[in-house]
Amino acid sequence: MQHPALEQVAIRLAPFATSITPSHGLLVVELEPDALLAAVSSLRDDCGFDLLLDVTAVDWPQRTPRFDVVWHFYSSTAFQRVRVRTRVPAEEPAVDSLVSLYGSAGFAERECHDMYGVDFRGNPDLRPILLYEGFVGHPLRKDYPKDRHQPLIPLRDP
Amino acid sequence: MDALKYPNPVRPVFGPAADGNVIVSFGPSHPATHGTLQVIAELDGERVRRADVHCGYLHRGFEKECESHTWHTLLPYVNRLNYCSALINDFAYCDAVERLMGVEITPRCRYLRTLLAEYSRIADHLTCIAASLMELGAMTAFLYLVMIRDYIYEHLADVTGARVTYTYGRIGGLVRDLPEGWLARLEVILDQYEDFTGRVHKLVDRNRIFIDRTRNVGVISTAEALHWGFTGPVLRSTGAARDLRKDTPYLAYAELDFEVPVGINGDNYDRYYVRMREMDESVHMIRQLIDLLPDGPINVDDRRCTLPEKALVYTEIESLINHFKLIMEGPQVPAGDIYVAHEAANGELGFYLVSTGSGTPWKVHVRAPSFVHMGGLHRMLEGYQLADIIPTFGSVNMIGGECDR
Repeated sequence: MQHPALEQVAIRLAPFATSITPSHGLLVVELEPDALLAAVSSLRDDCGFDLLLDVTAVDWPQRTPRFDVVWHFYSSTAFQRVRVRTRVPAEEPAVDSLVSLYGSAGFAERECHDMYGVDFRGNPDLRPILLYEGFVGHPLRKDYPKDRHQPLIPLRDP
Repeated sequence: MDALKYPNPVRPVFGPAADGNVIVSFGPSHPATHGTLQVIAELDGERVRRADVHCGYLHRGFEKECESHTWHTLLPYVNRLNYCSALINDFAYCDAVERLMGVEITPRCRYLRTLLAEYSRIADHLTCIAASLMELGAMTAFLYLVMIRDYIYEHLADVTGARVTYTYGRIGGLVRDLPEGWLARLEVILDQYEDFTGRVHKLVDRNRIFIDRTRNVGVISTAEALHWGFTGPVLRSTGAARDLRKDTPYLAYAELDFEVPVGINGDNYDRYYVRMREMDESVHMIRQLIDLLPDGPINVDDRRCTLPEKALVYTEIESLINHFKLIMEGPQVPAGDIYVAHEAANGELGFYLVSTGSGTPWKVHVRAPSFVHMGGLHRMLEGYQLADIIPTFGSVNMIGGECDR
């Protein structure tokens, strides 16, 4: 038996999702990238999921589309979690940004952009955050070798 | 022109300053930022108009490194996330792997992990409060608190063998049980803790200088804190009693009696006070746990994750192969993904693990509270004085290890 808040999510998000399954105590909502903004707006406004915990991606090099983009949400009133997952292709890894809905999306998306090269449409600030300006490549992609050397960045003029 | 090819390593998010305003760069190697962090601030006189917070100076590829280790051998890296309360990271990670494997830890291990997590929380809060008080000039309070913290570190070294980064958790249990007399010494330290935090309360709580520097400084509302993803003491200081130990109980928290202290204004003073009260609650929990702690084994009897006894490894072939497989290939974690969050000292510490069914993780992602707090820190800096950056930043307790990973 699921928590009522998660059942609510299952009903509200059914029109946007390709599948909704429970997994290890949270609800996994799989959807197409186009449906993301509408689905997350509904998740926040109708279902009360007020905390965006995290944005990350998973690289599956053998698969098409290659990347999973994963969001975790938490409801600070019902104490439940929802994972939203979508697939984006390697040629154009882009999804809509959630900065219009959650402030915490800003840094999390910058990190995901750094690490996987996923483009978040609508995030005005995708500067490197954990990496530095001039870093070449996306280190958490599986085809990035762990021991790759990066070009040296020249020192600034004093 | 190399200078054009690689632009200035740090670009502020905002353009040129408004008339008469100055842009200053604070950090990354500033003596008062305990943690390598850069704040680029636009100043109108002494007042911060806009702030741009940069982290990442301690990035060391934690998540990439995890992908080439077995589920067990990456534990030392996990400990180096929040190095002020490394045991909480340890237990959160082990809990995530155990849930993915369907392993249930033994009762003694469950209570012991809870006890040690609370003990670590005290050490973490002591570090945070001591450092932020010292930055405001309260050297005596700093020494009182750090002295207690050092007692705790030495005491934890008795059980774990290390002072700061313990690698004490194991998937399915712990390295070893408590040494003789450990709990007796624990009660002595808790009494000393009460003595010295009592002195700090007397020195600081109604101190004019402290109140002037912290009251109504770095204010954030509950709605805004949630918008920026804040959790832990920062969220609780705004008055929202949100604590994962209470809301989604894990380990042995459901059986413990404790309160969730909250603040009123969400300012620096409230964050100080919430942390002080939380330590008192942790002490209260530890005292209950000392009574509740059952006897019994600390490791599960499960050959998928627990190493066989050394004597058996040397005498029978099954245990030898079992040992070899666990060390060389790692525990075989069933394919799937899981997100497990624990209430760490700074907020929600989440592990998102993806397994393909082998002994090496496909992905280990950490939802680090410090990183999320840095994303909204500018909201607590803007509108206050330049000198307020230090106490505000100190009250958030950013830990470079988990922020930059």
